[in-house]
Order: sequence, then C-alpha cells, then structure tokens
Amino acid sequence: MKLELKDTPGQLLGALKPISDIGGNIITIIHQRDMISPENTLTVDIVLELPEKKLDTLINVLRERGCGVIRIGKERLLQKQSLIMIGHLMHTDLTDTVDQIDQTGFAEVSELHMVMPAINEPSTAKITIRAVSPEDMRRAVAILHDVSKRKNILVLEPLEGME
Amino acid sequence: MRIAIIGFGAVGQGLARVLAESEYGFTVTAVADSRSAIIQPDGLDLHQILEKKKNTGLCGSADLSVSDILESGVYDILVETSPTNVNGGEPATGTIRSALAAGKHVVTSNKGPIAVAFHELKAIADQHGVFLMYEATVAGAVPVVNALHGGLAGNTVRSLYGILNGTCNYILTRMRDEGLTYPQALQEARDLGYAEADPDYDVKGIDTGIKLVILANTLLGMDIGLSDVDINGIDQITLEALSLAEAEGSTIRLIGELVPEQNMARVSPRVISLDHPLVVDGTLNAIQVCCDLAGYVTFIGKGAGPYPTASALLADLITIRKNHGRGS
Repeated sequence: MKLELKDTPGQLLGALKPISDIGGNIITIIHQRDMISPENTLTVDIVLELPEKKLDTLINVLRERGCGVIRIGKERLLQKQSLIMIGHLMHTDLTDTVDQIDQTGFAEVSELHMVMPAINEPSTAKITIRAVSPEDMRRAVAILHDVSKRKNILVLEPLEGME
Repeated sequence: MRIAIIGFGAVGQGLARVLAESEYGFTVTAVADSRSAIIQPDGLDLHQILEKKKNTGLCGSADLSVSDILESGVYDILVETSPTNVNGGEPATGTIRSALAAGKHVVTSNKGPIAVAFHELKAIADQHGVFLMYEATVAGAVPVVNALHGGLAGNTVRSLYGILNGTCNYILTRMRDEGLTYPQALQEARDLGYAEADPDYDVKGIDTGIKLVILANTLLGMDIGLSDVDINGIDQITLEALSLAEAEGSTIRLIGELVPEQNMARVSPRVISLDHPLVVDGTLNAIQVCCDLAGYVTFIGKGAGPYPTASALLADLITIRKNHGRGS
C-alpha cells in the first residue's frame, strides 16, 4: 500500500505500529525523502502480510491517526503449500500440469524442485503452490489431484498438525 | 464363562496360550481350525491342543467342523479369529450370524464380517441382548474401539487420522532411516515375516481402507463400504520423495483419514512433520482422534502379533463377563 504522511518526526513510526499491533508482517518499506509534496507530505510504499480480513481494520486505524492511504495494491497470494508429486512428470507435459494451476487466477505454482534419478524411471518433484485464501488453496489442490489422476501421477499432500 | 475359539492360526493360538497360562475365569469348550474341530463341554486342555496343532497341523478331529460347534451350543462366547476374507467376509460372517441368533456373545479379530456386515450383525446382537465385540479388528492391542465407546463416550469425533498398517509403516521407516529403495524395504519386511508373499493387500492400502470402514461405521456414525474409500498405497513412493520431505523436517507415512462431516474416507501417503504425534517407527500403529469435548487424543501401540491381538480379545471377553458373567 502507498501511504501519505506528514513530514514531521515520529510519523512513520506511528504508521507502522498499527501494522504490528494487528499481527501484520512488514516485508519492505520504500521511503523516499526527495519526493516531498508541496503540502509538506511524503509518501511511503509498504509491502506487508496481514492476517486474513484485517485489511479494513488497518485502513481505519491509519486514517484515525491522520495518515492517508493513497493506494492499496492487489491482495496477493499469501497461502503457501508444498506437495510432492511422483510419476512420469516430464512425459506427461509438466508445463500443462503447472498451467492448470496458474490459469486459475487465484493460485499459482511458485516453486518446483524436481529429481530425475534415471531415464524412464518415475521422477519426483516438490511443488509449491501459492493461493489467495485457504479455500482457494483447497480448490487448487483439488485441481492438481484431478490433473494428476489423469496423468497417473501420485500426489502427496501434507498432513497438517493440530490446530 | 465358556468359550469356543473358531480359527486356530497365530491369533487363535495366541489367545489359547494366554488363557492356558493364567486364570482369567474362562473355560474353552470348543476349538476349530479350517480342517478340524474338537468339543469338550467340561473344558479342553489347551496345552494339549496347542501341542497337537503344532505336531499334526490339526487342532481336533477332521470329522468335526465349525457347524458342529454351533449346533452343540456348549459355549457362551464365540471367539472368531479366522483370517480376513475381504470379499464378503465369509464364512466368518455366517458363523457370527448363527452364534448371535442363538443368543451367544461374539468377540472377533476378523475384519471381514465387521467391515461388510456390522450394522446387520449388530442388529441381531441387540435383538438377542448379546455382545458383538471387535476391538482386535483395528490396530491390534491399541484399545481405540473401547476408548471411544468408554473413556471418550459422549464425544463427537470430528476427525480421525491413523497409521493402521504396520507393514507399510515398517517399509517407510526403513526407507527413511536406511535409504533402502521400496523393493529392498519390501523384501526385508517379507524376510522378517511382516509382509505376506502377496503384499498388495498391505502396500496398496486395502488393509488400512478396511480398518477405516470399521472405524467409520462402528464409531463415527458413518455408513460406508470399501468402495467409498479413496485409496492410494505406498508402492510408488520413491527415495527422492522421502529426501524432499526430509529437507523440510518431514517424512512420509501412509495415513488413513476420516472426516464424518464431509463423509470423507481416504487412505493416502502424506507428507507429515517429524514432530507430529502420529509419526511412529517400525511396525507400530498410531491413531489420533479429534473430539468435540476432549480435543485431540492420540493412541500408539502394537498393531499386530499374537499377544497384542490376544490382549484386545481378552479385554472384550472380560468386558462381556463383567456384564453377563454372573460369576460363572
């Protein structure tokens, strides 16, 4: 998100504190001092991770503190899950397998680590999927299962721990 | 109380040995194996029968069979320990049906009849006011059935996850610990007697699937058959898959999974964190239930073997005697 702050001491800290207060995690801050506007305000770009459905809360808190929210970027893919695939991954069109996830718009393959021990032997890969929400992740994993079943690929899902 | 033991393989003989060694207040009046039977209304000498079985392969006379025992009626509890027949569960289902209909209690370690015909058999038992008990059918010595009926009674089970097949768990443990390939680990399991000559029943997840059907139908209020269980085994697992799992502090185990709310029953190899309570080594079994009141409860123990199975059978026998024994 892009924030507009008054160029007075303590403003940036005041804008960042609510983020950690609601359990957010700041990934990057871009703070350019030479971009001061005629109104003596400056803008700050912040990339952050927030717990689900906390974005509205954060915007309200920031506005109460006199800190303008100029622009909110797209909510991105914060759910992450790694699965293992075993089978003839290359010969069954790996690009297509990955595309089936990437084409959804709500999930994408962010990492693929493949091991091919010998020609004509089944290969093994760790595939990492990112998705917007837990529900989207379930849909993406279901798609991967469907595609894999057709291609005779075994998919190993993680077993989550106790909540 | 008087007991008839039907099936005199490793499990039946294990129970006979346990009953012969200590006084539990039971008298075995009849024993049958697949080719012979013996009936003695005053009680059999179990040491003698075990010896005879060892030397001749028969427990009794080839002129007698299970049907003679059923007709004789000289027992209060029928203990059915013959091997599981996945296709229809016969002849054990018929034997159990006859005993229940004659007003006899039944204790069994045989998965077939419970997986295929539990609701029907339970109805007959209820009608005649007798017990039908099956603790030994799932996870050997681990008292999960009686825990959910007893200690966790009143809870609703939200989900159940389990390692229910010792052969698969042994193979995956050896692949991880020693870097054996799947065929090597399978061969080792065979050499040690953990795997059958035809290992498909275990490694393709069918055995785990049958146990899920039993747990689902008898404890979780579901009504499913083996064909409703989504089953994948461990026979395609590669060493590379174990290494990739290991790299993130996890390993691979064959997990049986039941979620009643979604009517979901699944057997699948899963990537599971090494510090998860279900990760047990070797031939051990482990079951984790999530209950609405109790939260998570995990059971770990020996899933097979003559004595662990005898332990489960004996517990069921003692439960029946406590409720129906009247001192006899």
